[in-house]
Amino acid sequence: MKDLRLRLSQSVGMWVALLLFSALYILYSSLHPKGWTVDVLVQNSNESFALILVSMAQTVPVLTGGIDLSVGAMMTLTNCVASNVVSGSAIQIVEGLLLTLMVGALAGFINGCIVVYGRIQPIIVTLATGAVYLGIALFLRPTPGGKIDDDLTWVTTNAMSEMDTTYGWFPNGAPGWFAHGIGRLPVPMLLLLAIILIVWLPFKNTVTGRGCYAVGSSEGAAYMSGLNVGRSKLAAYTLGGLFAGLGGLYLSIQTGSGNADIPQAGGYTLQSIAAVVIGGTSLFGGTGGAFGSLVGAMVLRAISFCFRVFDADSPMGFLANPLLQPIFEGIILLLAVSIGAARVFRVKNRLSLFT
Amino acid sequence: MTDQQGHLLALKGVSKRYGGVRALSGVDFACRNGSIHAVLGENGAGKSTLIKIISGVVQPDEGTITLDGKQVTIPTPQAANDAGIVCIFQELSLMPDLSVADNISITTPPRRFGMINRKAQRARAEELLARVGCDDINPLTLVKNLPLSRRQMVEIAKALGRNPKLLILDEATSALTSADVHKVYAILHGLRDQGLSLLYISHRMHEIEELADTCSVFRNGQHIDTFSKGDRNDEQIVQMMIGRELQNVYPPKPIRNAPPPATLEVRKIGWDTKLSDISFTVGKGEVIGLGGLDGQGQRELLLALFGVLRGVSGNIVLAGKTEHVNSPAQAKSPAVGMALIPEDRKTEGLMLPMGVGDNISMAALSSMTRGLVVDRAIESKKIAEMVAKLKIKFGQLSDPVATLSGGNQQKVVIAKWLLTGARVILLNDPTRGIDVGTKQEIYQLLRDLADAGTSIVLYSTDYDELIGCCDRVLIMYSGRIVRELDGPEITEANIIASSLNLALTGQAAAGGHA
Repeated sequence: MKDLRLRLSQSVGMWVALLLFSALYILYSSLHPKGWTVDVLVQNSNESFALILVSMAQTVPVLTGGIDLSVGAMMTLTNCVASNVVSGSAIQIVEGLLLTLMVGALAGFINGCIVVYGRIQPIIVTLATGAVYLGIALFLRPTPGGKIDDDLTWVTTNAMSEMDTTYGWFPNGAPGWFAHGIGRLPVPMLLLLAIILIVWLPFKNTVTGRGCYAVGSSEGAAYMSGLNVGRSKLAAYTLGGLFAGLGGLYLSIQTGSGNADIPQAGGYTLQSIAAVVIGGTSLFGGTGGAFGSLVGAMVLRAISFCFRVFDADSPMGFLANPLLQPIFEGIILLLAVSIGAARVFRVKNRLSLFT
Repeated sequence: MTDQQGHLLALKGVSKRYGGVRALSGVDFACRNGSIHAVLGENGAGKSTLIKIISGVVQPDEGTITLDGKQVTIPTPQAANDAGIVCIFQELSLMPDLSVADNISITTPPRRFGMINRKAQRARAEELLARVGCDDINPLTLVKNLPLSRRQMVEIAKALGRNPKLLILDEATSALTSADVHKVYAILHGLRDQGLSLLYISHRMHEIEELADTCSVFRNGQHIDTFSKGDRNDEQIVQMMIGRELQNVYPPKPIRNAPPPATLEVRKIGWDTKLSDISFTVGKGEVIGLGGLDGQGQRELLLALFGVLRGVSGNIVLAGKTEHVNSPAQAKSPAVGMALIPEDRKTEGLMLPMGVGDNISMAALSSMTRGLVVDRAIESKKIAEMVAKLKIKFGQLSDPVATLSGGNQQKVVIAKWLLTGARVILLNDPTRGIDVGTKQEIYQLLRDLADAGTSIVLYSTDYDELIGCCDRVLIMYSGRIVRELDGPEITEANIIASSLNLALTGQAAAGGHA
């Protein structure tokens, strides 16, 4: 019991974000005419997936006390790569998927190498490499277009039940646990769950993964403890690249094309930092995690969803004005971050605010 | 396992140079299994460099290292760990955002399927904490939520978990409570009896007396002498360390017939659960000591006076005027005139990457302006005054203060606050981890300041200091002042007895009232 309280108190930021998301999403669903249906859930999941992955990509370098300004660019780069390779026969598609993810991981690995071996601040390294990645993306896809396998697009952007109808998983009719259970869940949501379970949690529990937290907490102490600081940082940026690659891949699948959209890349990068902070990860490093950022990204998405469902004729109608949306998003972001910072009012020793 | 002379580790002709400074020159040094070997020397004598070389943090320019009879190089701390050399540093090597259990097993956690086995890791942490007598620490607690003294015990538990052959303790007991110190002594003696080799660095002579079998003295980067404990007396050792004779460590105290006029009156201060009903006065030119066991509210009291704590009840009166101090900025303003020499000079006292000069003028800049800009001429004049007054040693004024030795860093902190012209100076354990020579200079400085009319409140974990420096000593226990010792009452017996909140024996009490 005491242990549980201790653990909860050590991840307050994430829990606050989760509450905030629940509140926003309940508000959204009750205002939406088709709220609480699988269709809406599927649509929302599709719209959130890329941002969630990019936010998770941002989290790992931030945990080490760094930052990655190239996450949006890596997403765009892999988006353009995927639009060239993810089509054709089944084997070609699988090869294309792997190639795309490898490009993402490689981009992150390059960031990591420059940060670790070049000993240059991450903020400037990733600003520069981000521009390079965008340049490559533009070279690969000067105008929007390309092709993604249609079946793949269809199944990964729908509820799980479409897997059955498209690929004929259950020729004799789907069993009840599928049709009424798992089949009703959006595929992107299950993919996310798989990524968290298969990639993030194992990584976090390796020595290298925990080294990322240690480095962010106190790099000197980590070095003096005999940890391999360079390896942890390298792993952090590489994993960031892999997550960004997953985000870019999904974006291609979702849109069925590639687009070297530079403003979009910048937007995703900035939003990823916001999501990381809302999700309870300290920008100084050492505390937080990718799951918190997942929640943080969902909070950001839920805010913009809410603007769609206000009735323009109601007293709150001005909220539906698309021109005002950035202002409100900004204000809500500030409020959300302030909730996490509210502990300031309870601190009795002002000195502890600075440490 | 060892070479012909039974040495576990031997250094031969080791030299190290930082820029133009020779940190070590031609040092021969060896330590054997089953012994506690104390390394003595002033700050800057080369002890830290020696430790850094042994633990793989820096590489020697010349010379050889032999471990277990084989010549080795120790390129990284990791390599040192692998060779069984484990270091407990003065600057803690714990990661504040990680849990105690994570910290203890940071490099080699118990694993299952390649992943950290949290359950086993926790059990391991519990076992090691129990070994150092700290079973009250929950292994899930984040290190940053532990007080300094507990962190140091975690650090020791972490080191034990690495099964060292050679354990190096660099001022590792400086923040411990006296109860923990004795536990640590017992553990260290136990490790020695198991055949480990221990290197022990401390500025506290009585610790060395209690622990060490062998002592080595360093001075100016050279190995002066190695001898068995008991072969030299304290005076000889101190003389070897500083190369000159040490006279009267503490300056004489003035003799007063009547109490001086009060500068600071503290009335019924309380805060949270840590401080309650604290009242005392500090006269003009008085040095008041705060004593007692570590963690009885002394630090909080200083922070409360300096306006750092929120929600402090009671009030303080300065020269007859009630002042409400709500921030350090207000505390240092001329109307209040307080200064606090903080506990941790590296985080609270100094801007480490900034220059020596910039650090010295930092707190008093607002008094050196002409219009909106800082008057460089006045600033450099004042800095030069302070440098001369405190005899601060450095290369250039623009050198980062991080490059100075511990004693000189502390002098910079003190200089910074003296420049504000404070009438009340609060000091939080100002001589922790500082060499004998500098300590002596600080004692003299405090007395000079007091004689010039400044009121001083000194918290120290070193009883000798309280006895030697203070006109009166307030003993705190559990957030209250339990006893005030005046003049001849300030004896070690009285301080210890009141610190434990024991009723004083008739003998000691009577002696006090004489």
